[in-house]
Amino acid sequence: MSFLEYAPAPESQSILHLKSDYGLFIDGEFVEGQGTPFQTISPATEKHIANIAHASEADVDRAVAAARRAYDTTWSRMSGSDRGKYLFRIARLVQERARELAVAETLDNGKPIKESRDVDVPLVAAWFFYYAGWADKLDHAGLGANPASLGVAAQVIPWNFPLLMLAWKIAPALAAGNTVVIKPAETTSLSAMIFAEILQQADLPAGVVNIVTGAGETGSALVNHGDVNKVAFTGSTAVGRMIARSTAGTDKRLTLELGGKAANIVFDDAPIDQAIEGIVNGIFFNQGHVCCAGSRLLVQENIHDEVIERLKARLSTLRLGDPLDKNTDIGAINSREQLERIRELSDIGEQEGAERWTADCAIPENGFWFAPTIFTNVSTSNRIARDEVFGPVLSVLTFRTPAEAIAKANNTPYGLSAGIWTDKGSRILAVADKLRAGVIWANTFNRFDPASPFGGYKESGYGREGGRHGLAAYLKPAASASAIAAAPAKPVTAAKAQNASEGAAASARAASSVTAAKAKKASK
Amino acid sequence: MTRLAVPKTYKLYIGGKFPRSESGRTYEVLSNSGEFLANAAMASRKDARDAVVAARSAVSGWSGATGYNRGQVLYRIAELLEGRRAQFVAEIRDVEGVSAAAASAQVDEAIDRWVWYAGWADKYVQVAGNANAVSGPYFNISVPEPTGVVAIVAPQDSSLLGLVSAVAPALVAGNTVVVIASEKLPLAAISLSEVLATSDVPGGVVNILTGSPAEIAPWLASHADVNAIDLVGAGSLDWISMQVAAADTLKRVFTPENGPDAAAPALGRITGFTETKTVWHTKGLI
Repeated sequence: MSFLEYAPAPESQSILHLKSDYGLFIDGEFVEGQGTPFQTISPATEKHIANIAHASEADVDRAVAAARRAYDTTWSRMSGSDRGKYLFRIARLVQERARELAVAETLDNGKPIKESRDVDVPLVAAWFFYYAGWADKLDHAGLGANPASLGVAAQVIPWNFPLLMLAWKIAPALAAGNTVVIKPAETTSLSAMIFAEILQQADLPAGVVNIVTGAGETGSALVNHGDVNKVAFTGSTAVGRMIARSTAGTDKRLTLELGGKAANIVFDDAPIDQAIEGIVNGIFFNQGHVCCAGSRLLVQENIHDEVIERLKARLSTLRLGDPLDKNTDIGAINSREQLERIRELSDIGEQEGAERWTADCAIPENGFWFAPTIFTNVSTSNRIARDEVFGPVLSVLTFRTPAEAIAKANNTPYGLSAGIWTDKGSRILAVADKLRAGVIWANTFNRFDPASPFGGYKESGYGREGGRHGLAAYLKPAASASAIAAAPAKPVTAAKAQNASEGAAASARAASSVTAAKAKKASK
Repeated sequence: MTRLAVPKTYKLYIGGKFPRSESGRTYEVLSNSGEFLANAAMASRKDARDAVVAARSAVSGWSGATGYNRGQVLYRIAELLEGRRAQFVAEIRDVEGVSAAAASAQVDEAIDRWVWYAGWADKYVQVAGNANAVSGPYFNISVPEPTGVVAIVAPQDSSLLGLVSAVAPALVAGNTVVVIASEKLPLAAISLSEVLATSDVPGGVVNILTGSPAEIAPWLASHADVNAIDLVGAGSLDWISMQVAAADTLKRVFTPENGPDAAAPALGRITGFTETKTVWHTKGLI
């Protein structure tokens, strides 16, 4: 028995009390969806977990109406301190039910329990705790006194960090005084359903948070709904582009957190042990299903061979298998579709001449798996150096000078994150200045904190989540509240004048539907 | 005997030089009462693309300059503009048909706007950025940085003030600019380029095109090497199509504004075309 062979240590599923069917969460209650329910499976076993409701356009409409009602009658009128108290309650309930949430997340997503238990769920609680405290301090958010909420926020989140992305979206929106309709990813709705139960336990007023489950068309109905004021999306750059197009000409505020192809730059004076751990964490954390993953390793030429050798040795000690096992390092790929994309891009990597190395590990019979893989001899034009693989695949390139490292790092339409490994502080500062990326980790990687703004440059999207900056995405300055409504040209102003007697909320709605109609016209 | 006047040839301003349109096209600029004032260059798609190339090549120098330095350069624009007040007042009167007092007021306000924005260049980082108290042994700081090349459709109902109100804030952070001047009121814009050319603004940092915004702006909206587009003066154009085109490369977009308060001075005009960079620095254990 080698030192790698451990007795199985699976986390018990007995903590879960799952229902066989989950409805939509609208206006504080679980209701049936009009679409045909779909099943959610465990990507590690391909076994059925539960049936999930499928929200139709009419369901989305109902959810937005509930959010609008809650915004007009309750949430926008509530004191910031009371909004904050609800968020504190939610943070505490997440902590109390943390293990249950972690097990559900791992079962449904395929990520190792040690990650859902030690990273995802604690950060979810931290996110609500952080933004709870902001709710009655919005005057200090950097937008001047009495900043105004936006209204109803439509939020669409991905499958890689299902509950954490939900927290990133909901916590700042509610703290700022908005109400929410959120759509989880099709393959990972389960933890959001448990979160809905938490909202009931917290006694959150009905309609403040509504959760509509479904696939792409549900998300499309949500972001294109005429009565939402804010759209926040995390996901692929392709879908982000579609949303930017379809919201053009409307007065919907938009933030997008999209793809990445981060460079992780290792200089020859880097603390090598830490750098190896950082490279591994950078690309193999969460099976590489991370938009800010360090998927391009840029290593200084003179230490290339040593780094690769040590990396291979380290990867050979990673345990791939049952995500619920506490000793598992690499869990399951989230879906068959994603697995096929990773395989396709990896095959192209080989065809284009890069040298493939895959860790020697046993692959379970059922489920979706991809062993940690490194490509060396990669050139900058290779697809595996340009396209986001979103899997446990690392492309290795080399450089000689800091200037070359910077040029290669920036040679991508993306700009989400980057890593720098060197013992020289002045070099870190100089290189960090030149990298065109929104988050830069120096001698660390994949760190997240609710106080730390996160988001991209260029085609990695716009807007920030986290910190004071993340709050600003859900607020507008008091003084320009009317100016913003009047800003996008004549139709809005006209609609506003017509509806002046119906109050501000009604006129803002009319304005948004007018511009939405205009947008439809334009997109023909 | 009256002296025969020497009229000025109005050209484009690209990369610190004053070329004619490569297309060879010009159009007539008329006074408010319909008299011929000048022929302005009618910029083409190629001119717009050349301007983007010039703007891109100027990004690293301008964004790499210190805020203090950028502030002084922007302040110098105000100084030189002040010295040429009479010329701008005359041009605005000719083309807009307004009173001397109104033209003077517009020039004054344009000068003051350069001064106001100049003062932000070494301060906006402090106001828009901050240190973040994260739960771990990290020094974590967020700072705003320029987004890159910004295309601007200047307000169409103002000769000078509208243009300055849109261009100045984009420059503060270190962006470079390609701006399409007011189609009907382009003379002050070209004269402003003469001020820019002699006030330490590096070539390519501001590029000014005259001509038809309806023709040129869509090319800038879809240009892959433009990072952001300010459609402040595009209200009467099909700006939604431009916003749709801008989505292809996920450009940052400002939508049209109308009226005398269009592009009113605001910190948001600076920060709107910046990117927040957050750097995590590991703290050693001692």
